[in-house]
Order: sequence, then structure tokens, then C-alpha cells
Amino acid sequence: MKVIEAILDVFRNPQFYSITLTSSTPLIFASLGGVFSEVTGVVNIALEGIMLIGAFVSTAFAYYTGSPWIGVLMAIVAGIGVAWLHAWASIKWWGDQIVSGTAIILIAQGITGFLMKPVFGQVGQTDLEKFKMIKHITKEINPIVRPIKLPFPENSFLGQAFGNISPLVILAFVSVFIGWFIIYKTTLGLRMRSVGENPEAADTLGVNVYKIRYFGVLMSGVFASIGGAFLSVGDTGIFKELMTGGRGFIALAAMILGNWNPVGAMLASILFGSSEAFANQLQSSKLIEVSSSVKPLFNMVPFIVTLIVIGGFIGKTRPPAADGIPYKKSE
Amino acid sequence: MEKYWGFIIPAVSVLVALVIAAFVIMSVGKNPVEAYAIMVKGAFGSSAAIVNTIVKTTPLILTGLAVGFGFRAGVFNIGAEGQMIMGALTATAVGINLGWAPPYFALSLTIIAGMLAGAGWAAIAGYLKAKTGAHEVVTTIMLNWIATYLSSYMVQVPLAVGSGTPKSPEIAPSAKLPVLMKVGPMEMSAGIIISVTAAIVMYVLLEKTTTGYEVKAAGFNPYAAEYGGISISKNVTMSMAISGALAGLAGVVELMGVHHRFLGTLSGGKGFDGISIALIGQNHPIGIIFAALLMGALRTGSNEMQFAGISKHIVMIIQGIVIFLVAADRIVRTMILWRKRKKVKV
Repeated sequence: MKVIEAILDVFRNPQFYSITLTSSTPLIFASLGGVFSEVTGVVNIALEGIMLIGAFVSTAFAYYTGSPWIGVLMAIVAGIGVAWLHAWASIKWWGDQIVSGTAIILIAQGITGFLMKPVFGQVGQTDLEKFKMIKHITKEINPIVRPIKLPFPENSFLGQAFGNISPLVILAFVSVFIGWFIIYKTTLGLRMRSVGENPEAADTLGVNVYKIRYFGVLMSGVFASIGGAFLSVGDTGIFKELMTGGRGFIALAAMILGNWNPVGAMLASILFGSSEAFANQLQSSKLIEVSSSVKPLFNMVPFIVTLIVIGGFIGKTRPPAADGIPYKKSE
Repeated sequence: MEKYWGFIIPAVSVLVALVIAAFVIMSVGKNPVEAYAIMVKGAFGSSAAIVNTIVKTTPLILTGLAVGFGFRAGVFNIGAEGQMIMGALTATAVGINLGWAPPYFALSLTIIAGMLAGAGWAAIAGYLKAKTGAHEVVTTIMLNWIATYLSSYMVQVPLAVGSGTPKSPEIAPSAKLPVLMKVGPMEMSAGIIISVTAAIVMYVLLEKTTTGYEVKAAGFNPYAAEYGGISISKNVTMSMAISGALAGLAGVVELMGVHHRFLGTLSGGKGFDGISIALIGQNHPIGIIFAALLMGALRTGSNEMQFAGISKHIVMIIQGIVIFLVAADRIVRTMILWRKRKKVKV
């Protein structure tokens, strides 16, 4: 019964809700990126790699310039670059989109690992103090995007859960709204969806299929890289090798569960994020004693939840009809 | 010409990747020619190096076959890593309890247990795909993480032994693969025979049997195959299971031939290497053997490079570029044809 008591206690703890927000944010960004790409018909499993690049680049620029916002900005630039690589292979050269995505994940893991030493002076994970020692930097470096104070009473439940919130978290929700608006309320969105559903018909009506698909994939680079940047400069302030830890794929699952709709993907991201927060909180619960050797079992939770949800509910969602199929314009 | 593309595309892709990686090495102020020389020497420079390369190649042949078989059947098994872990983990649980058994019994039981575990783990993804349409790329990745954490728990609690790095006890001596060759501290086990045999079996299965024909037909065009009376959902589950059995076997040979106990680092990305290997080997069993040898040499050689101050990660970059070019093989085709056209003009 102690376990049930501990579980209930997690839900009563405001910290659970604040961790849910921080665990969901990278997923919200990345799944929104996935939606933008796949709505136009390009499968993008490279999200994991783009996130990793975003996390790396934002940390590097935050360390060298002292501003995490410049880090985020440069992460977006790098994210667009990596996404362009995927777009180029899959749109222009009709490459296998899943294989190309896998390649980009490998390249991202390789490059970030390779550059750890030259860029940060150490391998594994970054350490701001050591970095300062190597670079003799005297000016203030703040590697974390400063949180915004929301006007909730300090000691209230809401104040403890959402009192200090990263502007990137707010940006995530704003992005979802903008994404939804673009895809469902604008001509551009109509074109995106038509290209994803029936590229031949769209082409006949004068829509430039290639251009629209490039736009979708590059936008996925923008969002996925901000999601990655949140992991480093938005939350922890450090970069760790392979720090995305499968989140790109959980984001893909969120996109599928959300039926390729930005709002749906956001809700699914919050579900997966809350499962991560739940496991995280339960293992540090004071009511039950959890020895550190059992922690791996808790780490499994988000992945099991994702697997069950994706296996159980997927029949009820439908991908864009031309998703993953290269468009070969007849000459 | 068309006949040779299957060889030319991967070969050119590897070359291009090595050239691009040379620029990456130069960007950190090292000499790429020296770096590659160290790599080749590290992989083939002495008999110990060669044995080391073969030991590294052994599980890679199997993960390459696992992914390659999946591709031929139309499924992308990105979960060889997890299946390898589950295979090795189960084989460990069986192998440590077989002290009483004679070798032939202990060996076969441990191998079968590992293969079944890999097959079962992969079949979850196959079943879900057949039943609900859940894409195997997402489900197998989830299964990878679950396997990683599960094994990490298993060697910390139920199977734990000693202190320090989490590890399991050694498997029974009768469940260890016989050593074929010993050079210094390097032992080459009979695992390489198992790997090559598996490649031959897969070749025969795919090219000479009805089951193989059905698998390939389902992979090539599922709708036509279904019309022709092949059950797609049964095929997907079975193909994933066979693919997983091969990945499980990779974990088994690594356990029974190299480490003799379960360690967290046992799989170490070998399952993911299977993807590159299958693509470089063009999903052909014999091609996969050579692709695995290439990757095994890169891995062994890169250890040597690490001592010379060049991060091992360069191998991942090379692999990534090769896969990228094989994915978009029209880039390579265009490159070759363009050069040819130029020659004609001159």
C-alpha cells in the first residue's frame, strides 16, 4: 500500500508538474518539427540527430559568447543545415527517407562526439568551470536561458509548479499554435497538406511540390533544433554526449499519436513527458525506499508507455497518403 | 553496367566518406594520411591486430545479416541493438546455470536460448506492425531502450556479482565457445564459424527455398504478394523474428566467445552498425561478410587512432556518410556518370 501512497504523493507534488513541463518541451518542439515535415510527405526520423546538433551548437555558442539566446539562434541555423541535408537527399535525389534519417543521426552523433574535445576541451560532458580555465574567459557566462517569473503567489501550488518558467517553454506552446495556424488556416498550409496527400494533383494545379517539401523539412529542422537546445541551454546548461537519449523517436511517436496534427502532437508530448516526470519523481519519493540499482527500471517507464500507446492506439490515426514516397516529377 | 552497380555504389560511397572524413580530421589539425595509415596498421598490421579485427567482425556479420534480412523482407529492423542485448542477457542467465551439462548440450542450449530471446524481442515489433500498423522503426527503438535499462538492472541486482562495474558471473566453462587461435592476449573463438555459417544459411534460405521467395516477394511488393496468396501479417512477424534471432545470435557469440559474462558495454553499438553493414553489403549475405570486415577493421583501427589523438567518433562520421550516400544512391550514380560523360567529351 505504501507504493500507492507514494504514487498519489507524486501527483500531489507541484514539482511533478514543473518537471512534466520541462520533459515535455523538447518533445513538443521535435514532434511539431515532425508534423511540418511529414505533412508535406517527407518522413523525418533524423529529428533525434537534429536535436543533438541543436543541443551541441547552442551550448557551444552560449559558452563562447556568454549568451544562451545566441546559442538558440545558432542552433536553429545548424538545425536548418542538417535538415537541408535530409531534404536534399530525400526530395532532390529521391533517397530512402528512413535510411537517410538514420545516416543523419549517425553523422550527428559522430560529429558532436568528435568535436567535444576541440570545442569544449573535454570529452563526455561539458563543465563550464573547466571550460573557463581552458579559455581564460573572464566575462560572465550564463549558459541557461533565464526563466520568467509568473505572478503566482510564491508558496501556492501553482507558484511552486509554474512560478519560474523558461521562455522556451512558452515558445513551445506558441509555436504549436503558430504551426497549427499555418497548416490548417493558410494557403501555404493547404498546399503543404495537398503535397503530402496527393503530390501529382497538387503539381497539376501548379503547386511546386519540391519547394513546399523543402519548406516542411527545413521547418522541422528549426523546431527540432530548438527542442535540442532546450535540453542544454534551456534546462541543464551543459552538453552531454548522446544527451537526446531517444527523445527524437519519442517525439515521432507523439506525432503519430497526435495524428499528424500540431495540437495532437503537443498533447501526446505532454503525456510522454509526464510519464518521464512520473518515473523521475517516484524514484526520489521519500515514502518508498528506492535503491540506486533499481533506477534503471524507472528509466524504462517513458519507453514502455510510448510502446504501449503506439502499439495500442495507432490503428486510429492515419499518416498523410504520400508520406515517405519520393515525388518523381515526370519530365 | 547495371549488374555492377550493387558493388560500385557502396565502394564509391566508402571512398567519398573517407575523403570527407579526411577533411574532418584536417579540421582539427591532424594529418589524415597519417591517421589512415595508423588505422590500417591497427587493423591489419600484426597477427594480433588481424585476430582482433576478426573478433570484432564476428558479431557484426550477424547484426548485418539481421538488418539485411529485415530489409529483404521489407521491414527496417533498427532494433538489432536491443535484440542483441536480450539474446546475450538470456544466454547469460542460461549459461551460468549449466555447470553440470556436457559441452555439446550446454553450447546448443545457450545458443538456442539467446536466439529465441532475440527473436521474441523483435517479434513484439513485428506483431504490433502486423496487428495495428505501428511502425517498426519507432517500436524497435523503444524496445532498444527498454532492453538497455532492463539489462542494466539485471546485472545490478538479480545477476550481479562482485563490485565495481556491474557484471554477471562467468558462464559455465562448458558453455564457452572453443578457442580456435590464440595470439598473445587475443583469442579467436569458433564464433566466426557460426557467423559465416549463418550467412550461408541465409543465402540458401533466401535464394533456394519457397519461404525465402515469399519473404522477398512480401518485401518487394506487399500488395502483389498478398494478392498472390502470401499472408503479409504472418510474414512481417516471422521476418522480424528471424531478423531478431540473428541479432540475438550476435549477442550470444559475443558473450560465449569473447566476454564470457554479461557486461553493460557488450552490445556497444554493434546492433546499429548492422544497419551500415547491411546497406554497404547491399543486403546480400556474402556482401555483408565483407562489409562487416570493413566495419570491424574500422573499429579496430580507430582504437589505434584514438591513441594518436583522433577521436574514435570519426568512424561514426564515416559510417553516417556511407549510409547517406547509399540511401540516396542517385547522387553516386550521377557522380560516376557525370565523370564518364566528361571523359567522352575530352
